[in-house]
Amino acid sequence: MTKLNTASREKFQAFLDLAFKLTTRFFAFAVLALLAGIIIELFIGAMPSIKAFGWKFFTSTDWDPVNVKFGSVIQVYGTLVTSLIALLIGIPVSFGVALYLTELSPKWLKRPLGIAIELLAGIPSIIYGMWGLFVFAPHLADHFQPWLIDHLGPIPGIGMLFQGAPMGIGMLTAGIILGIMIIPFIASVMRDVFEIVPPTLKESAYAVGCTTWEVVWNVVLPYTKIGVVGGIMLGLGRALGETMAVTFVIGNAQNFSYSLLDPGSSIASTLANEFNEAYGDVYTSALIELGLIMFVITFVVLALSKLLLFQLGKREGEKT
Amino acid sequence: MNLYRKRRLINGLNLTLSMVAMAFGLFWLGWILWTLIDRGLSSISLDVFTKMTPAPGSNGGLLNAMAGSIAMTLAGVAIGTPVGVLAGTYLAEYGQKGWLAPATRFINDILLSAPSIVIGLFVYEVYVASTHHFSGWAGAFALALIVIPVVVRTTENMLKLVPNGLREAAAALGAPQWKVIVLVTLRASKAGIITGILLALSRISGETAPLLFTALNNSFWNANMNAPMANLPVVIFQFAMSPYDDWHKLAWAGALLITFGVLGLNILTRFVFRSKTTLH
Amino acid sequence: MEALKTLKPKIEVRNLNFYYGKYHALRSINLTMPEKKVTAFIGPSGCGKSTLLRTMNCMYALYPNQKAVGEILIDEENILDGKRDLNSLRAKIGMVFQKPTPFPMSIYDNIAFGVKLHEKLGRGDMDDRVEWALKKAALWDEVKDKLKQSGNSLSGGQQQRLCIARGIAVKPEVLLLDEPASALDPISTARIEELITELKEDYTIVIVTHNMQQAARVSDFTAYLYLGELIEFGETTSIFTTPKQKATEDYITGRFG
Repeated sequence: MTKLNTASREKFQAFLDLAFKLTTRFFAFAVLALLAGIIIELFIGAMPSIKAFGWKFFTSTDWDPVNVKFGSVIQVYGTLVTSLIALLIGIPVSFGVALYLTELSPKWLKRPLGIAIELLAGIPSIIYGMWGLFVFAPHLADHFQPWLIDHLGPIPGIGMLFQGAPMGIGMLTAGIILGIMIIPFIASVMRDVFEIVPPTLKESAYAVGCTTWEVVWNVVLPYTKIGVVGGIMLGLGRALGETMAVTFVIGNAQNFSYSLLDPGSSIASTLANEFNEAYGDVYTSALIELGLIMFVITFVVLALSKLLLFQLGKREGEKT
Repeated sequence: MNLYRKRRLINGLNLTLSMVAMAFGLFWLGWILWTLIDRGLSSISLDVFTKMTPAPGSNGGLLNAMAGSIAMTLAGVAIGTPVGVLAGTYLAEYGQKGWLAPATRFINDILLSAPSIVIGLFVYEVYVASTHHFSGWAGAFALALIVIPVVVRTTENMLKLVPNGLREAAAALGAPQWKVIVLVTLRASKAGIITGILLALSRISGETAPLLFTALNNSFWNANMNAPMANLPVVIFQFAMSPYDDWHKLAWAGALLITFGVLGLNILTRFVFRSKTTLH
Repeated sequence: MEALKTLKPKIEVRNLNFYYGKYHALRSINLTMPEKKVTAFIGPSGCGKSTLLRTMNCMYALYPNQKAVGEILIDEENILDGKRDLNSLRAKIGMVFQKPTPFPMSIYDNIAFGVKLHEKLGRGDMDDRVEWALKKAALWDEVKDKLKQSGNSLSGGQQQRLCIARGIAVKPEVLLLDEPASALDPISTARIEELITELKEDYTIVIVTHNMQQAARVSDFTAYLYLGELIEFGETTSIFTTPKQKATEDYITGRFG
């Protein structure tokens, strides 16, 4: 090899090095650009609706394609209520599952049970929807909802949540199914954070005579608080944006009702049902604005979840 | 001794509740899978695999939907994987300093859980609306956007597992960094990255929402990715929401196939690739 | 020290300081390592001996927060001034690490990997080079029938010799060994030590070790480092029999460390 040859080879390799780095950098940047692109596109798409309705979009219960009057209250209410029901079911169950898998399960059962719970996340959401519509909702209508209406309906206050006919479909059903769907997500985060609790910490609690439950409640939970909340936020983010399962069972009625037993709609179900059939700029645009609202809400919730989990991780990092 | 009994009682009660929660979770899994077997198995026949989606009241199958699903998921993975692997490589190998890597990592984790229907809206806005027709490609792009964050995350995680000694050893031989990455570190984490790709594949196989506004549906055999394309999830959705019994039966058949396909892939990646990676 | 002055210097370290972020890990090191001799760095863990070794092929350049100030002359050329292309520099300086680092490829490709980076060889020439390097590292007889197998399939000691062969195959002039035997069993360690003695015919070798007997067995010169400073440097025989510094003596006799 001559000297010149080596020098040009070195230059070429340095060029390739830079080119490779810039290529990977470009794609890392593309991920960021994707998010920005989504927000910008949705904003542009929502412009006609924003111009037509302004802030009234957030306070109006109108959803009237014939007279071109739109507001988001029905869908936002449906989205929030179903997600709330989902959390009410998902949080305690996920906590129980995580507790069982980290503290109670015999070793040989840990892996299969863990995988079984994670498979709940693997079932496509459309399957939850079908099963919910054809199997679960009729069960609810026959056995559970009449009881709710008879016993909770007459109570003043919360009674208004349980009015109407036991139809099976509605916000309650959608919420329950969402609750089942978010179990694997919350449980898996809880499991992960429970496992970072230093064994010596648990052992010293056992050493002063704590029961398993007291160790979990007084040591494990306070230690992992931030992470647990992060996991719940992750589940909430999932529930807010879930589409197909909700679309099947929520009833897709565009009128406002407090009752959980009445058919309603969520943002996602409205999009899934109406977007392809929407006519006219403003109708389409109102749907896109709904999508934008949902994206912004889920973004904030997921970002919060990420920040909380990151904080827990950082605290861990400082200690070691 | 009253206090001890009370504490023991609370302990026992709560641990029992924890077991009940575990059983509660498994109960739904069992119920759903049983429903699928119960209703799906009786609906599966040779026709399902050999005939096109029918009009209500006539005989048919799901061939075009399956073909469309396979074409779009494969295209989605093919588009999303290189993007995801390269971006993940940046995060793991060049991400020690600067603002880009932490920002991308953060946003990527959010995209990982972002509502997939919004991805459908986005692709509709930028692709379908400008080409003025639904198409298989639009569906594939939407799926690719779901693949990317999954692959980015697994690629970064797997590359981070590669011991630094391997990078140093390659650099000590005088290898330029790109060769260290391509020939040594990416190669060392190959099995893990493939696991990530398979997980992404199983994730998008059942996705319905992003296809509603992109690929739409098609009752006929179609090999043209530039035209609306049938796919299992959307066909299941339309058939299940219809009032026709024979459509319902086909929907259950499709649901059975898709669920066991996805769960099978899920379990396979866990077992096969876990054991293979630990052998190294 | 008389012997040192008559030998041709290969590596000269001049006023070297090293920083991990704000931490000052090496303080004003001055040291000359002669050609085709074995120089050992000893000292308690954390004393900077590995750090010093890793400056000699600019390994620290991989990490953004590590910094070296001063001069390291190899054949009278300063490698720290940033003018020298690192990849061709590293072709001249082989390195073997504490833990074996076989690449995820076949035994043959492990050796060929480094060669291909710097030379274009035909199939036959490459085969010869691989055989030569494996023989040099005393591994050929054990692996000649399974060159296509993964490098990971070898035992720990074999993997380490594979890594030495991989380093030699590039035909470097200097070999840097960072505790090459600390993860190995006694028999493999003995083989590596034999190998080092054979290799010094052709190469300038620098070895970091926490094992003083090993340093005494294999090295011609020894440097004792403590808390980032070079305490004493000289011929191995004199360092181990008549150390000039009290600290060195304490360490060698096991009173501390």
